[in-house]
Amino acid sequence: MKLKIALFGIAKEIVGSSQLDLTAPDQQSVTGLMDQLRGQYPALGELTSFAVAVNSEYAAADYRLQENDEIALIPPVSGG
Amino acid sequence: MHIFLTDQPIDVAAVLASVQDEGAGAVNSFIGTVRNQSTGRRVVRLDYEAYDAMAVHQMRRVAEQAQEMWPMLRQVAVTHRKGRLDIGDVAVVVAVSTPHRADSFAACQFIIDTIKQVVPIWKKEEYEDGSVWVAAHP
Repeated sequence: MKLKIALFGIAKEIVGSSQLDLTAPDQQSVTGLMDQLRGQYPALGELTSFAVAVNSEYAAADYRLQENDEIALIPPVSGG
Repeated sequence: MHIFLTDQPIDVAAVLASVQDEGAGAVNSFIGTVRNQSTGRRVVRLDYEAYDAMAVHQMRRVAEQAQEMWPMLRQVAVTHRKGRLDIGDVAVVVAVSTPHRADSFAACQFIIDTIKQVVPIWKKEEYEDGSVWVAAHP
């Protein structure tokens, strides 16, 4: 399936774009997607942490992604 | 509940006014401002980036959580700035009103502490000789 992933902050700089189009296995889990991204962009693995958000909520590691999910990569937040 | 994300200067008085409530004996606020140094380096400005829709949603979630933890909360307001900020600019304002003061301190602190942990907003510190995304690396 094809996924669109929104990127922010340092993740946007690492990938070099504010959106990443990715082909992933159907029913890919959040953990699987994170492994896929770390493989493709090793600098993501050097971050303090990163999370995946689906439809404006932090997604659990075992959540199975759907093609129409609004997916975003969330590097360590630093608001306030 | 008054939750905003803005790229314009924050009107602190307006945020405080938004939590005025006849049932409240206390209004408590936190104002986060841009400091001129970070870990010994001179900061010249900050650039805040937000995932707008999720940031607003998560700020609202934090305010709802506070209302569950402090059911006596009368009003809650959070306004967060994004974009380019200079030294001394206001980055975030949290304001709450409660019948008595102790709850207002506790709720206000919970809200700002939790916002800093969960709301998808990122700041980049710009120095005279470079820049760093805060907290990105260990």
